[in-house]
Amino acid sequence: MAEPKARLLIVDDNRVNRLLLSRSVELLGYEAAVAENGRAAMEMLGKGSYDLMLLDIEMPVMDGFEVLEAISRAPSLQDMPVIVTSSVEGVENVVRCIDLGAEDYLPKPVNPVLLRARLGSSLEKKRLRDEQKTMLRRFATSEVVQDMQESGFKLGGRRVHASILFCDIRGFTTISERQSPEDTIELLNIYYTLMFEAIDQHGGIVTLMIGDGLMVLFGAPQPLDNPAASAVAAAQDMQAIITQFNLEQNAFQKPELRLGIGIATGEVVAGFAGTQQRATYTCIGDKVNLASRLEGHTKKASQPILVDAATRAAVGDNLSCKPLGDVKFDGISGPVAVFAVMQE
Amino acid sequence: MTDKVINKAVYDELKDAAGAEFVVELVTAFLEEAPGMFAEIDTALAAGDADGFRRAAHSLKSNAQVFGADALATQARALELMETAQNTPEVRELVTQLEAEFERTADALKGLQNG
Repeated sequence: MAEPKARLLIVDDNRVNRLLLSRSVELLGYEAAVAENGRAAMEMLGKGSYDLMLLDIEMPVMDGFEVLEAISRAPSLQDMPVIVTSSVEGVENVVRCIDLGAEDYLPKPVNPVLLRARLGSSLEKKRLRDEQKTMLRRFATSEVVQDMQESGFKLGGRRVHASILFCDIRGFTTISERQSPEDTIELLNIYYTLMFEAIDQHGGIVTLMIGDGLMVLFGAPQPLDNPAASAVAAAQDMQAIITQFNLEQNAFQKPELRLGIGIATGEVVAGFAGTQQRATYTCIGDKVNLASRLEGHTKKASQPILVDAATRAAVGDNLSCKPLGDVKFDGISGPVAVFAVMQE
Repeated sequence: MTDKVINKAVYDELKDAAGAEFVVELVTAFLEEAPGMFAEIDTALAAGDADGFRRAAHSLKSNAQVFGADALATQARALELMETAQNTPEVRELVTQLEAEFERTADALKGLQNG
């Protein structure tokens, strides 16, 4: 199977240079698109995706320096290597390109042998980075990946104000006993897909998956305006999605799912825990313990979503809640005021 | 005559790398675009637009280098490196010389394609 051709964007105001560069990269087996100036290039980047940019410096409307600055401000363009091709005068201008994030500088007229080598190595580096990122995404959310890219991987946490959500399928053991392991895995996969959808929508990140249980963090690594409100909204969406899903399950005489969700809000320590070789993004604190206890309590209380007083207060009066009074939980000192979130 | 105007080694290298037919296309594009660059030089001089002047001279230099038009490239570069776009008799003289060199270059490039 032939690999898809790399797509290059050539940005040059001069027609002869555009023609020659297009020809050169096409002869090397790449696909070429062209833009006449920086602004046209940025518009094209907004619409399509390119594996690499060959950028001229001296251009009207928006020059190469301005393009490099714009690219450095756009998170989605960080992975696209930019090779500056120019006959701009002065070493200081070349240095400025590299400072602004250009991967390389090729003087014009571009030597075809040099071009082949630079394109090959830049595209290979990009391919490896993309591959690494895909691997990382499989095990971490894009927020965690972004956090790692911005601040690097470092074991250790920081104190954040966050909401913790625990979710569990009620009676899952019974369901799995009644059907084949293959069906159970399929059911779990559908369940996870649906839950992740609702969680992503509200900016939560899944920090733990055990069997049918999920632990979700709202407010770290990326801060949220109101983590509690996001967590409650996610919980309501999760319940609504499962109600919908159960209609389908009924239609096929398949088992229904019932979710229990507990949410607690407050200060937690979030960060990477583990070893240098194997680590996970997680959070710890008594609120984590409380959220887990609240989730466990949903069965006894016969309520789908339970929250603590801090979550209740942060969400405000818009939320219809029923106070369930104080509850004493194992491992938590003192009684805890528990609220049931009413489904809309 | 051609040898003095066009550096044959550069030109032949271009032909080998990009193909003879493509070079014909490229020369045609250059000959079509160059009058526009000279027009930009004139406009920029008249307006005292140093950026526009530098950019147009830079474009001519850059294209001259592609074809191995060394003399044209050297003259264009001299204009590119001038700090200002002063419309003085000296500068106008340099532009006139550049135009004359361009005519020689254009003839030489046409000659190379027919030959």
